[in-house]
Amino acid sequence: MKKALMMLLAVLISGLVFTGCEKKASASTETTAAAAVDSKAGGTLIFARSGDSVGLDPGRETDGESFYGSTAVYDTLVEFIPGQTAVRPALAESWSFSDDGLTVTFKLRQGVKFHDGTDFNADAVVYSFARQFKKDHPDYDKGPWKYWGYMDMDNIVGDVIAVDEYTVAFKLLKKEAPFIANLAMDFASIVSPTAAAQYGEEFTNHPVGTGPFKFVSWIKDDSIVFEKNADYWGNEVYLDRLILKVIPDATARWLALQKGEVDVIDFPSPEDLAEMKSAEGIKVLQQEGLNVGYLALNCDKAPYDNKLVRQAMNYAIDRDEIVAAVYGEAGAVAKNPLPPTMWSYNDDIKAYPYDPAKAKALLAEAGYPNGFDTEIWAMPVARPYNPNGKKVAEVMQAQLAKVGVNVEIISYEWGTYLDKTDQGEHQAAMLGWTGDNGDPDNFLWVLLSEPAAIPPAGNIAFWKNAEFTELCAKAKEEMDQAKRTEYYRQAQEIFHEEAPWVPIAHSVVSVPMKDSVKGFTIYPTGKRVFTEVWIEK
Amino acid sequence: MSEAQIKEIKNENPLSEHWYQLRKNKTAMTGLVIIALFILIGIFAPLISPMDPLEQNIEFRKTAPLTGGYLLGTDDLGRDMLSRLLYGARISMIIGVISVSISLVFGSAIGLISAYYGGIVDKIVMRLIDIMLAFPYILLTIVIVAVLGPSLMNAMVAIGISQIPRYSRVVRASVLAEKESDYVLAERALGAGDLELMFKSILPNCLAPISVQATLGIGTAILDSAALSFLGLGAQPPTPEWGLMIASSKEFITSAWWIVTFPGIATLLSVLGFNLLGDGLRDILDPRMRD
Amino acid sequence: MLKYILKRLALLLPTLFGVVTLVFFMIALAPGDPARVMLGERASKEKIERLRADLGLDKPMSEQYTLYLKRVVHLDFGKSIKSGQPVMSEIRERFPATVELAFCAMIFATLLGVWIGVLSATRKNSWVDLTSMVGALFGVSMPVFWLALVMIMIFSVGLNMFPTGGRINIRYYFTPETNFYLIDTFKYLFRGKPEYFLSALHHLVLPSIALGTIPLAIIARTTRSSMLEVLTQDYIKTVRSSGIKEGRVIYRYALRNALLPVITVIGLQFGLLLSGAILTETIFAWPGIGKWLYQAISARDYPAVQGGIIIISTCFVLINLVVDILYSVINPKVRLQ
Repeated sequence: MKKALMMLLAVLISGLVFTGCEKKASASTETTAAAAVDSKAGGTLIFARSGDSVGLDPGRETDGESFYGSTAVYDTLVEFIPGQTAVRPALAESWSFSDDGLTVTFKLRQGVKFHDGTDFNADAVVYSFARQFKKDHPDYDKGPWKYWGYMDMDNIVGDVIAVDEYTVAFKLLKKEAPFIANLAMDFASIVSPTAAAQYGEEFTNHPVGTGPFKFVSWIKDDSIVFEKNADYWGNEVYLDRLILKVIPDATARWLALQKGEVDVIDFPSPEDLAEMKSAEGIKVLQQEGLNVGYLALNCDKAPYDNKLVRQAMNYAIDRDEIVAAVYGEAGAVAKNPLPPTMWSYNDDIKAYPYDPAKAKALLAEAGYPNGFDTEIWAMPVARPYNPNGKKVAEVMQAQLAKVGVNVEIISYEWGTYLDKTDQGEHQAAMLGWTGDNGDPDNFLWVLLSEPAAIPPAGNIAFWKNAEFTELCAKAKEEMDQAKRTEYYRQAQEIFHEEAPWVPIAHSVVSVPMKDSVKGFTIYPTGKRVFTEVWIEK
Repeated sequence: MSEAQIKEIKNENPLSEHWYQLRKNKTAMTGLVIIALFILIGIFAPLISPMDPLEQNIEFRKTAPLTGGYLLGTDDLGRDMLSRLLYGARISMIIGVISVSISLVFGSAIGLISAYYGGIVDKIVMRLIDIMLAFPYILLTIVIVAVLGPSLMNAMVAIGISQIPRYSRVVRASVLAEKESDYVLAERALGAGDLELMFKSILPNCLAPISVQATLGIGTAILDSAALSFLGLGAQPPTPEWGLMIASSKEFITSAWWIVTFPGIATLLSVLGFNLLGDGLRDILDPRMRD
Repeated sequence: MLKYILKRLALLLPTLFGVVTLVFFMIALAPGDPARVMLGERASKEKIERLRADLGLDKPMSEQYTLYLKRVVHLDFGKSIKSGQPVMSEIRERFPATVELAFCAMIFATLLGVWIGVLSATRKNSWVDLTSMVGALFGVSMPVFWLALVMIMIFSVGLNMFPTGGRINIRYYFTPETNFYLIDTFKYLFRGKPEYFLSALHHLVLPSIALGTIPLAIIARTTRSSMLEVLTQDYIKTVRSSGIKEGRVIYRYALRNALLPVITVIGLQFGLLLSGAILTETIFAWPGIGKWLYQAISARDYPAVQGGIIIISTCFVLINLVVDILYSVINPKVRLQ
């Protein structure tokens, strides 16, 4: 009996080890067999990312992980040109402004169908938007429609009307230059009204759109599977199947890519970048990110209600050391709230140098000669603008100790962290932003204006500066780019002087993938789009 | 001469008698030596640490062991691993002692009262203990920390609370056995009060099982606090707590094995010490309790 | 026998009632207004009031408690704050993954543990015995999550023998039915795709070892001491003297009687594994209930936490009950006490 048991064990173990090796062998035979067929079509692409989507109804969610999923399923009226911040027609074929600039009329693409067979038409467009802001709309309660609020759409859009079956008009409340770009964002996705009615509360688990991929299944905390939409209105979609796989640990994602378990990975650890670049069969696409990582100092709470303290923090934190320790070669020190690739970036501003003595002097002047105790909140997950919040906090903690500021590091689960910071529960909190629509307004207004400081706040420094807000408001209505640029440059100067943040870094976005993955483009706005991706056989 | 009297005479100097047995017991002695070593390290950490455990030296981050003057290398922020490990011993010993003290004090009191008075008091208390035991132990600890908020102190409290049932049961069982013994009955006849009986006569005679339980409990507490820190619910950075050190090393398993390995070994050894001593004590003090 | 089981079941009810009560008040006393959390941003006063009314939060505590008890009896734990999904369906989606892992860990621990225990007992004080028992001591002294990381470092990264996490090679695309992957992939064994099943098994190896280490050590120690006791008993001497082969004496006669306390330990450990999975699942990216519950706790997702704890505790208590009953079936002396 004992022998039989041992035999069984031996067989099992060797079987298991063998499958490990066999996988590679079968993979290589597949390659040779398929090489004969010269087509871009076919194959499964597995994209490994750090967290699961919260939900797949893009109007309701705010996190990138949710949009990764919804982008595959949904289309918008206008869309970003791959790799750029400019927009082009998508579900809308064209649009025009009225003379007063307060009505925009969209001509819709005809003959498009949702994945459930519903016709795409003006009613669907009206439904997708009306539910987000009309308080008497039956589905308004399914919100909260957070992004609508983040983008201040309540103060931009007065009404949305179906003019005829394929024409939709937006009535605007004011002239708003970035409005068209807003419609390329995920929250403006067009959803199937029949599916939304059919699934009700479950709609967020069963997305139905017009996009390049159809939703198939979702195993929570593990994977979401999509399949090709053969009837896609755009160019042919090449991939048969797209799988978004959750692997929370950056090192584990890299290992999975090395072993061929996945094809493309998100948020590589900067520690591994050098190795990835030299690894055989792996390539790393890189692009300067449209993002900024920062430490927001809550101006509603002491001691950060004092400008001198905020400036002192800027002098006391050595950004070079932070970037060297945490970002490695994947980051650049920040001095402005805008990323350097954005138009109107004010390069004449001189960054606060690292100067502990100056910081101490400022603290003494502000009435804190012996420093003070403070919390610094650090986010628990890797983001494009900050690969490791807790570690950045640890470095800051050591630096600030030198000027007498005692830091307690606080962290929560990601969702909770966002909820608490946008309610202003923190003293100082780290966060960041990846641009949505490629407009400076999308940074300065969303993150630093007075209206954005009302909970749920995008302005988590709760910094309320009338002059700054007015400049940004004027730039919003101005259609002349040269004048807008001037307003934004001035706004950045005020920001620098008032120092509501300690800007930390802009990161370089890296997406490592197998050599065989072709046609992948990094979107500056942080989207992950697989419409044009194909796998070399 | 009754058996109880014989026992008393033999135990005239129970400490030296037990010490003698302890010295003969290899398991216990190994454990004791390990524990003594860790306690000494904990006490003298500031003197024997080559560097400040919190000082970062970004230039020398992830230095391998035995290079650049770092015996055990540096972590991802360039802090000396050895110094952090030595200070970690201090933290772990404190965690063990505090958590066990909490469960020991409350657990013994509950067990003592419950067994001494018996009847309805005993029934109610044991029901409550049953309810606590219905929670899987680790889960109970995590929930308590979640309610209290994550910090090292709260982790110790949570571990202490969730261990209470074990002590209550041990104490209750041995009090029940002692309660009816000749000498307790004799003292009661001589007019000793409840409190006096409980603390002067009964409790000292239950010390054997309690000390075994407490010794093993310290090991468990060290392991549990490491687990809580690993989940982000215990010690917070930059505390050089071993569990936290393991947690932050996760991403270096491909590049810097020492950051992962050493804190684990330190935890393993210290817990092993308490388990060895606990096992040995059990052999000596209460041969019936053996496994 | 039936009377004994009924009596034990009746005793179970007050315990479960206590668990539900304790969980309710622990959550109710924790700071934070669930309605506020649930609505998040953009929540107007009326909306919060309305939701509070819907959730019954505007009622006095005693009434809330009665309502809660009623719902729990119907296995309704409300909706998760984070995802808006019913807690029961969230649990149902993830429970099989955890049970599968716990089950494999237990099989590993039991087979190996009993074997080592018997080996040590029959060769008492030999080097085999000594090594095993020192090994068992190391096993219970080890931080499990550290062991998991070290195993990944050695076997996944270094030797490339095992995957680093997950439940199956994600390229093997299939739709799970039961969510027990070993069962779901079993049919593929006969459909020319044996690699599906093997891959599921392959992914279970490291997590099972990590999760099974502590039970393994405890089972080995229990088996050893129980065997030692049985081997000194008279009937074993009788059996031996009647000329039966030593191997048969040990496995057929001695082990059978020594297994009683081992079964108790196995049951108890299995119950503990369900919650112990929190650490293992976090490390191996295993989409089970432990990882989910941990996330729910740190997100203060109260309905999810309540539901999760009650379900796990109930399983734990039920498993213990089954073990006790099994024990009394084998050993009728217990019932008489």
